[in-house]
Amino acid sequence: MLKRRTERSFLSYIDLSREYYAAYGYDKPYAWVSNPDVPFARLNKPLSECRVALVTTTDLEKLPGETAQERHLLRKVYAHPASEIPDHFYTLDLQWDQATTHTEDNDSFMPLNRLAECARDGKVGSASPRFYGVMTDYSQGKTMKHSAPRVIEFCREDGVDAVILPAL
Amino acid sequence: MCHQTVSLVARVLEESGIPTVVVGSARDIVEECGVARFLFTDFPLGNPCGKPWDKEMQRSILDMALDLLQGAWQPRTTIQAPFIWSEDDAWRTVFMHFTEAERQAFKKAGDARRAAQAKVKEKQAGEA
Repeated sequence: MLKRRTERSFLSYIDLSREYYAAYGYDKPYAWVSNPDVPFARLNKPLSECRVALVTTTDLEKLPGETAQERHLLRKVYAHPASEIPDHFYTLDLQWDQATTHTEDNDSFMPLNRLAECARDGKVGSASPRFYGVMTDYSQGKTMKHSAPRVIEFCREDGVDAVILPAL
Repeated sequence: MCHQTVSLVARVLEESGIPTVVVGSARDIVEECGVARFLFTDFPLGNPCGKPWDKEMQRSILDMALDLLQGAWQPRTTIQAPFIWSEDDAWRTVFMHFTEAERQAFKKAGDARRAAQAKVKEKQAGEA
């Protein structure tokens, strides 16, 4: 059936967050990154020969007795064996629509099992033996100068050819 | 904020020669940041790789992301996954939406927080 709209269907989270924090009385909106130029690397071999890794902004499970604040302060860039997938990733310190949905199924935001299937089916050469985690950070400099170079090191160590980055 | 973080990481990986795909639901944040390849899932924030427990949809979305790795020939290639969250759009008016009454409560909470922060700063300045 033909649908009509008077507004675009997809949400602008830049607009929503600006209005949300303005409601709290913050008069200086967060300045989001806006780049005119975009780097681009080509896959240099067939996908079926590539080793693929996943990167998440979620954390490994919170330790028993640990508060959310303590967990947040202890966060660091990590590489974790893909053979030891946590029952649940820790997502409660991140901003996502907790009223509408849930993150009980890891593969809905960190598809490690689906990637393993792709490797078994020959869609990709292999899944990286480790997956990687970075901290969600308001500081763009920290992300680019600290987190991203660590992920590159992990990729080199694991012989990774391409990376998928799901954003929560 | 997660969308900006992964987009920035993806950009640095691309600069180092590693091809990437960002999978996400905040289209504006990713596209403003500018990434090589983006698979957009028009879902509430939290499940960009498919609905919880729907293995078939999750596999389909991952396959699309992998195909994009190979198929994109230029940066800023966005494709949209062909799935909808629900027939109605109610979810689009939940996250970060608020009523006028809530706005007033938010303002009060914000004022209280700023006042507490100002006191801490004042105390730190006194101790210095």
